[in-house]
Amino acid sequence: MAPLWGPAWGVMSETRLETQALSRQFGALKAVQGINFKLDAGARHALIGPNGAGKTTFINLLTGVLPPSQGRVLLAGRDITATTQAERVKLGVARTFQINRLFRGLSVLENVCMAITERVGSAGSMFYPAGRRTDVIDEAMELLQTLKLADIARHRVSELPYGRQRLVELAITIALKPEVLLLDEPAAGVPSAESHIILDAVERLPAHIAVLIIEHDMDVVFRFAKRVTVLVSGAIFAEGTPREIEANPQVREVYLGQAGHA
Amino acid sequence: MSDVAAAKPMTSAGFAAHPAARVLMRRHRLHWWEFIPWLAAIAYYFAFPHYLGFGAELLITVLFALSLDLALGYAGIITLGQAAFFGTGAYAVGMLAYYGIWTEPIGGLVVAALAAAVIGFASGLVLLRTSGLTLLMLTLCVTALLEQGANMARGITGGFDGLNFTIAPVFGRFEFNPLFANTQYLYTLGVLLVCYAFVRTLVYSPFGQSLTGIRENILRMHAIGSPVRRRLIICYTLSAALAGIAGGLSAQTNDYVNLATLSLDRSATVLIVLILGGYGRLYGAFIGAVVYLVLEHFLAQIYPTAWQLGLGLLLVLIALFARNGILGLGETLWRRYGARRGAS
Repeated sequence: MAPLWGPAWGVMSETRLETQALSRQFGALKAVQGINFKLDAGARHALIGPNGAGKTTFINLLTGVLPPSQGRVLLAGRDITATTQAERVKLGVARTFQINRLFRGLSVLENVCMAITERVGSAGSMFYPAGRRTDVIDEAMELLQTLKLADIARHRVSELPYGRQRLVELAITIALKPEVLLLDEPAAGVPSAESHIILDAVERLPAHIAVLIIEHDMDVVFRFAKRVTVLVSGAIFAEGTPREIEANPQVREVYLGQAGHA
Repeated sequence: MSDVAAAKPMTSAGFAAHPAARVLMRRHRLHWWEFIPWLAAIAYYFAFPHYLGFGAELLITVLFALSLDLALGYAGIITLGQAAFFGTGAYAVGMLAYYGIWTEPIGGLVVAALAAAVIGFASGLVLLRTSGLTLLMLTLCVTALLEQGANMARGITGGFDGLNFTIAPVFGRFEFNPLFANTQYLYTLGVLLVCYAFVRTLVYSPFGQSLTGIRENILRMHAIGSPVRRRLIICYTLSAALAGIAGGLSAQTNDYVNLATLSLDRSATVLIVLILGGYGRLYGAFIGAVVYLVLEHFLAQIYPTAWQLGLGLLLVLIALFARNGILGLGETLWRRYGARRGAS
C-alpha cells in the first residue's frame, strides 16, 4: 500500500524527537524524572509501564500540553521546550489522547476537515465559505475511506459507538500529516473485536514517520514495536527490543507479572 | 449505519456526490426561508407605520443579539459583558454629536464600531486567558468599570442624566424625525442587513468553522495546531464591533444616550433574548428579539407591575424543555414531522 504522505524533511534514521533530562513535578510528586529519550525517523517505539508510571505526563511534556520542570525537548535538533502545543503541531508533532477529544456535535467528516483546514493554513480565512474548499473535503473523504469510515462520514461523532470514535480520534491526528506521532493507548476502551481496525490503521502509517505508542496490551506492543521503553515511577527502567524486554526478569517482576500478560 | 455510501463506491477523484461531502459543500447556500425575516421586516414597515420606533428598537436588539451570538453561540465565549460594547458604541456616537465633532450617522457608526472593537480587543487580551465562571465574572467587571467610569466622568458623559444631541440626516437627506420613525426604521434595517451579511459570511467561513471547533472542544483545537487564543480575540473584537454598531444605532435613533446602555441589565436582557431564540443559529437573534419585545410590550399592558413574571416562566420552560431555544424547538419539530412524512 502506498504511504499516505512522504517525508517532509531530512533522511531516515535521523533523530526526530529527543529529550534531555526531562523532568516534571507536581508538588512533591516526581511524575517524570530526568528522562533522556530519542525517537528516530521511522521508529516504531512502545512506551510501557504500570499505571501512574508517568507515561501520559511524558507525552504531555513532549507535546507541550505541560511545561517541564527541568530539561529540554528537541525536535530534529531544534529546542522546542518553550513552544506551545499548537506550534509543535505545526512543526509536525501530533498525538491522540487516551480519552477521546473530539468535536462531538459535528459530523465525522467535519472533524477531519477541521484538522486539514488547520494544517493547510486556511482556518483563519473569513470571507469565503468553508464548503468551497473541495480540496479539503476530498482529502478528508479519502482519508476516511482508507480508515473505512467513509460510510459513516455524515454521522455525528456523539452518535457513534466508542470504537468508531476512537478511530475518528486517530483520523484527526493522521490528517495533520505529522512527522512524529504519539499515540496514547489508541485502542483503549475498544472492544477487542474492533481493536484490530485501529491497529491495522497504525501499521499502515507511512514508514518514515516516527511513532511512539503507549499501550498496555503486550500482544499489541510485540506486534507493533521495534523498540520498547519501560517507564517506572517516572524514570526509564529498561529499554530494548521487545524480545529483550520480554526476557528481562526485573521488567517481568515490576510490570509484566503485575499486568498479567507476557 | 452503512446505509448510503456502501451502495455507492467512490473514486478517489470526486467525493462531491457523497452525502456527507454534499452537506458541507452546500451548507452555506441561501435557503428560501432565510428571506422570511427580511420580508416580514419590510411588511412591518407598511403594516405598522405608527410603531416604527418600536420596530427600530427591535431591529437594534436583533443586531445586539447577533453580536452576542457570534461570541457566545459560535465561539462559546461565556459573557455577561456585551453591554460594555453596546454602551461604548452609544457613547462614541453620543459624545461626538453632543460636542459637535461628528453628527453624520454612517461615519458615526464606523467610529462606534472602532471604539467598541478597541475595548473588545484590549479586554479580550486579558479576559480570554480565562474560561467559565472566571471569564463570566471578568466580563461583568469590564461592564461595571465602564459604567462607573461613565458615571464619574460626569463632566464629559453627562453622568446619570446622559446626553441629548441631534444627528445629521442620513446621506444628508433623510432626517431622523422623533414623531415619524420611518428613517430610523429603514436605516436600522439597512445596517442590520449589512451586519447580518457579514456575520453569515463569517460563520460559514473556515474561520467560523474553527470557532465552532473551539466551542465544541477547545483542547482538541490546541492539539490540531489551532492558534485558539488569537481566534478567540479576533472573534471577541468583531463581536464587540457589532455590539458597538447596535449601541451607536440606539444612540442615533433616540438622539439620547445614558448609563442604561452600559448596564448589567442590558447584558442580561440580550442574553435572555439569545437563549429564548436559540444561540449558535443566526436567526435565533431575530426570533428571540421579536418574542422578548412583543412579550414585554403586551405583558406590560396586562400586568404593568409583574410582567417579568410571565417572561420568567417562559424562560424556565425554555431552559427545561427547549435547550436550543424557540428556533431549536422548531428545528426538532420540523425534523420529526419531516421524518414522519418521509416514512409514510
